[in-house]
Amino acid sequence: MLSKDIRNHFPILDQEINGHPLVYLDSAATSQKPVQVIETLDRYYRFDNSNVHRGVHTLGNRATDGYEGAREKVRKFINAKSTQEVIFMRGTTTAINTVAQSYGRANVSEGDEIVITHMEHHSNIIPWQQLAKETGAVLKYIDLEEDGTLSLDKVRETITDKTKIVSIMYVSNVLGTMNPIEEITKIAHQHGAVMCVDAAQAAPHLKIDVQNLDCDFLAFSGHKMCGPTGIGVLYGKKDLLNNMEPIEFGGEMIDFVGLYESTWKELPWKFEGGTPIIAGAIGLGAAIDFLEEIGLDAIEQHEHELAGYAMDKMSEIDGLTIYGPRDPDKRAGLVTFNLDDVHPHDVATVLDMNGIAVRAGHHCAQPLMKWLQVSSTARASFYLYNTTDDVDRLVEGLRTTKEYFNDVY
Amino acid sequence: MSTNKLDQLYRSVIMEHYKHPKNKGVLENGNVTIDMNNPTCGDVIRLTMNVEDDIVKDVNFEGEGCSISMASASMMTQMIKGMTTEEAVKLAHSFSDMMLGKDLDESIELDDLEALSGVAQFPARIKCATLSWKAMEKGVSGESQ
Repeated sequence: MLSKDIRNHFPILDQEINGHPLVYLDSAATSQKPVQVIETLDRYYRFDNSNVHRGVHTLGNRATDGYEGAREKVRKFINAKSTQEVIFMRGTTTAINTVAQSYGRANVSEGDEIVITHMEHHSNIIPWQQLAKETGAVLKYIDLEEDGTLSLDKVRETITDKTKIVSIMYVSNVLGTMNPIEEITKIAHQHGAVMCVDAAQAAPHLKIDVQNLDCDFLAFSGHKMCGPTGIGVLYGKKDLLNNMEPIEFGGEMIDFVGLYESTWKELPWKFEGGTPIIAGAIGLGAAIDFLEEIGLDAIEQHEHELAGYAMDKMSEIDGLTIYGPRDPDKRAGLVTFNLDDVHPHDVATVLDMNGIAVRAGHHCAQPLMKWLQVSSTARASFYLYNTTDDVDRLVEGLRTTKEYFNDVY
Repeated sequence: MSTNKLDQLYRSVIMEHYKHPKNKGVLENGNVTIDMNNPTCGDVIRLTMNVEDDIVKDVNFEGEGCSISMASASMMTQMIKGMTTEEAVKLAHSFSDMMLGKDLDESIELDDLEALSGVAQFPARIKCATLSWKAMEKGVSGESQ
């Protein structure tokens, strides 16, 4: 387990909510920010703020160095071959939409197949639904095993020579399932399809190596990994990106502009139309420094142990159902659950009155809720700043919730 | 725990409606059907009504949701049965005002609904309470499906 002192880097955690010390268990929605990131943003706006890639003044150089320096940090963070393969975007949603609209429209036609799974987040479903509607392609879902994992046999059955794009989440935001992306990528490639990875729940928690995965595209968001909101990354293999058209046109992304024709900058800038998310990228860079100093392997191990501890303790509560794989080795640091007949909203409200923040609802995964045959669930998600004390508070809060509703029912 | 504040939200009359909802089901002879959902949380409701001569002759609801949304739906159906559509809409507006914490016209009889006034202190839960009312308003104003 990581040291409890890590909490001290997160000023927001040091407060009372409804008369109780805050226990923040909603990091899968968005993580809290360490003082290192907050101060980096503050410093940037106080001393270095300027537009990038233009002008010759000193502030412009500082901002450009900061922005492009952050790109290099991201490159190293995911082990991309080149910074040309690292495109800054608003977040995972924008990144996946870019792949669908740019690569998808150019390479998918009627009768082709796009393959996703039943566990995807809406941001990795709807872009493909839209692409399928526009092109006449078929959207196919890989069915899940009973424990909420994917079997490679079903992956092999679903992906065919007609499949052009396979897009799958690395880690499930509801089930906690960690998917075998490397193996699925191999299968996709055997059929000539490209592999797109939604890494929104993976990047904060485990070491990503895009060369090792051999995936073609990978998307993640900064705000779930200690960075600011409004910044995310699209990784793409250079050969693919080079042949793709931008989907946003305007300033910053152009080479020459004529009256009727224009040409684009080279990678990665041709995909970054308009003034980029400069402070956000620099803040993401600071978040990466922070996470790497602690070590992604240590963070993964910490969350793994915490989730195991939580599952053990929560299982002792009568009437509590946990969704997703029971094997702790197959899951990441979050636990999705329901408590008896108490609706998750009611659970979340009672926990909030005890200072404990959890998520309740469909977690932007309505098809998965349907698969689980529930209308909604509650979710406690852990990050590097959470401790076993937090889990104990959650378990105590759940017992209080149960008693409260037993009494009033 | 801040039990007092919680008790204001989960008043016994609310839990009673949640546990034993009134007018639960689908009307066989309904002439108005409204489906509505709360996309942020997944609550769903189907309201079936029989509206004749601008009077809500009968109303049923079916749905899935938290205690607040289901209790509110139960109370709503109980109250509007027999009302003119105009009265029902007026009550919906009063209910909406109550959720926003506004002072209410004292001439309006709220009965059980008064129990939901505590919801105003829980901003995240206001949409739970108003879902069925929005469906009803849509139904009686003739925007049925």
